[in-house]
Amino acid sequence: MLLYICKRILGMIPVLWVIVTLTFFLIRLAPGGPFDQEKHIPPEILQNLEAKYHMNEPLYMQYAHYLGMLAHGDLGPSFRYENRTVNEIIFETFPVSAKVGGLGLLYALVIGVLAGLFAASRPNTVRDYIPMFFSLIGICLPSFVIGPLLMLLFAVKLQWVSVSGWEKPTDIILPAITLGTMYAAFFARLTRGGILDIIRQDFIRTAHAKGVRGWVIMLRHTLKGGILPAVSFLGPAAAAMLTGSLVVETIFNIPGLGRFFVQSALNRDYTLVMGCVLFVAVLIVVMNLLVDIAYAFLDPRVSYE
Amino acid sequence: MKRLFSLYLASGLLLAGLITTPAVGDTASHENFVLIGNGTEPKGLDPSLVTGVPESHILDNMFEGLTNRDPITLQPVPGVAESWSISEDNKTYTFHLRKNARWSDGVALTAEDFKWSFLRALSFQLASPYAYQLYPIKNAEAFNTQKIKDPTQVGIKVLDAHTLQLELERPTPYFLYITSFHTLYPTPRHVIEKHPDQEWTRAEYMVSNGAFKLAEWNLNQHIKIITNPMYWDHARIKIAGAYFYPIENADTEIRNFEAGSLHMTERVPSMKIPLFKREIAKSPNSYHPFKITPYLGTYFFRFNTKKPPLNDVRVRRALMLTVDRKMIVEHITLGGQIPSRAFTPPNTAGYTYPPTLPETVTEAEIKEARTLLAQAGFPEGKGFPKLDLLYNNGDDHKKICVSVQQMWRKNLGVEVGLLNQEWKVFLNSVHMGEYALARAGWIGDYPDPNTFLDMWVQNGGNNETFWSDPEYDRLIDLAAAALDPQARYGHFREAEKILLDKLPILPIYTYTKVGMISPKLKMLDEQGKKMEWTSNITQQIFLKYYTLVK
Repeated sequence: MLLYICKRILGMIPVLWVIVTLTFFLIRLAPGGPFDQEKHIPPEILQNLEAKYHMNEPLYMQYAHYLGMLAHGDLGPSFRYENRTVNEIIFETFPVSAKVGGLGLLYALVIGVLAGLFAASRPNTVRDYIPMFFSLIGICLPSFVIGPLLMLLFAVKLQWVSVSGWEKPTDIILPAITLGTMYAAFFARLTRGGILDIIRQDFIRTAHAKGVRGWVIMLRHTLKGGILPAVSFLGPAAAAMLTGSLVVETIFNIPGLGRFFVQSALNRDYTLVMGCVLFVAVLIVVMNLLVDIAYAFLDPRVSYE
Repeated sequence: MKRLFSLYLASGLLLAGLITTPAVGDTASHENFVLIGNGTEPKGLDPSLVTGVPESHILDNMFEGLTNRDPITLQPVPGVAESWSISEDNKTYTFHLRKNARWSDGVALTAEDFKWSFLRALSFQLASPYAYQLYPIKNAEAFNTQKIKDPTQVGIKVLDAHTLQLELERPTPYFLYITSFHTLYPTPRHVIEKHPDQEWTRAEYMVSNGAFKLAEWNLNQHIKIITNPMYWDHARIKIAGAYFYPIENADTEIRNFEAGSLHMTERVPSMKIPLFKREIAKSPNSYHPFKITPYLGTYFFRFNTKKPPLNDVRVRRALMLTVDRKMIVEHITLGGQIPSRAFTPPNTAGYTYPPTLPETVTEAEIKEARTLLAQAGFPEGKGFPKLDLLYNNGDDHKKICVSVQQMWRKNLGVEVGLLNQEWKVFLNSVHMGEYALARAGWIGDYPDPNTFLDMWVQNGGNNETFWSDPEYDRLIDLAAAALDPQARYGHFREAEKILLDKLPILPIYTYTKVGMISPKLKMLDEQGKKMEWTSNITQQIFLKYYTLVK
């Protein structure tokens, strides 16, 4: 197992290098640069600015310079946020996104898996149709609809929580629910599907034949195998949720990392774009590794020895 | 089963750990703080470096220049300088600084600080995009662009610790406004040298000299400023400070205002404007937070005058005549904008160019435009090449461009394409001259017609239309040298006449600012008497004069 993990971690390096290289050149291909603004900048000043950020050097030099910084774990200074480095921005904003995403994920898992179990316990009956109907709605409704609706109800009408912002501990609730709802719906459907697959297996029939009680079979045998599809989805879902969502963070004005993904590209904040992409890439690769490890525990057919 | 259980337990604990951590450190009371929706997250807080409006909203309250401004008329009032004298030829300004001027950490603020700050703002190393604000000072431009390297040749002289003399290139009537502009704020040498680059602008180090000082700066969350007891006019301040929230979503902002968690908003979603207008019409005598206030800026289109047939002034005039400005402001922008009758907004420092461009399109305009177009070789629009009208994402640009496209189709038979680009791509296209027609906006740097007119001289950095006229350039030069204000405005009028005859641009409307102002927010006049909140033409926020009522 340890050998397997080591191999996977080593395998990450070329993947990340390809991502870094592609991003580095792609973002520079886009027309316009970090210093373009509506009011004219005298050419002399523009030259000074470019020199300050090594942008007057040939592209391969800039690339070598960036890789050199990266090797030291330095993502460079942000072009847009003048007194912050990209490392600082990520360390300052990722915990915020991770808190919202973590709570959202917990909510999505609990609601989603329970609804899936509930639906799968009596397939093709009302007990199945009702949760699956709601999960379909959850998948279809985008967060920019759910978010403002929750805001109108709980913040403007009932005034239980603030409209937006990140000032009070309760400010996490609405964004987490908005973010988690779609994932809850996915988890519900994946759990239901996985469990229905397992229920038809011989070993479940054997357990029934032996006279084991229904809920014991469900918890001890069915759930363990049936939850596997949801677990595979957990990797990318966790990476996406923990790094924050642009839409949710903009609607609720949360100082998380998600807003920087799009904003940094629009600002042509080259270093911040690179930092965000790299950070998410690492997170996705790590989450997938964790999922694969979890598989070894959950599925007796999988072994990395 | 045991292993499975421990896995559940571990992940459960992990998630529980994530959520039980308090969401934010600061839950302090916002009592007596003004809560301001401030658009986007500031780029930085170095007054010598920043160029944006959100930044200046904050810095104008944290720093003070040699002069300050009246919060309503924007006329110069004493700032760090308690008095000043101007030489006969209007080229030498001598400022007498307050003896009790201090930085927020108690260190004395002297004339040397100003000299150091101005030279820093002009320095090659800082590469400030707004360094040109200092160009009225003698040799400032040459020093900034490295034509001279010796800082002692720049017209900044320290006569003694409390006297600063500035020598100008040429008389500059709006110079006392410039000395209260953020690029000319003093910056604390004793802090910057200890925390170089931009480190000094962090909340833990930052020192300023204005009515307020920085208390917290949480990225994309808020910036909190509190009163500065070292400020010479501290006794006047009635509020505890302010929070600036970077709220980019207009709907989120208005909901926050309605829930009482903002006193001022940066904008109003255009969907809401008709509703608010109806509410105001229904009860005109009661307070309504929706405010439309004048703003020193013009919305216009640029013509690329190198591109045929736009190189023909008859074509440009025909296109100008057939844009219904009134319809655009009344049915699209909705925010009380004023249809442009000239390029410089009316009453810019007392300068109003006589209304020249038609407000709306009548038969007369259509007839004239069609004749002009026929003379240019395109009778009824036949043979007119397909040109694109370039616009960027956001606001009402698309709606405006679509309606203008319609107007030209209907009135002239001319078919113009629409080309939408993302902001930075758009800027790049306009700067490189890769466009035929492009939307534009110009917000004046200072309340004076010069900021609207000197940009159209040959090779002017913001011209970008490839149009030039030697007579126009001569008039702008004459205005710059004129000592008599009336003669100066006379030259501007002659220049603007040329601009509106030759039309390298198509002015559409004068901007306004729409926003929400809480009834709790009031202002204090010079005598400290409460009055209603009042805006100024540059939409500057003067928290020094603000107060909150229950």
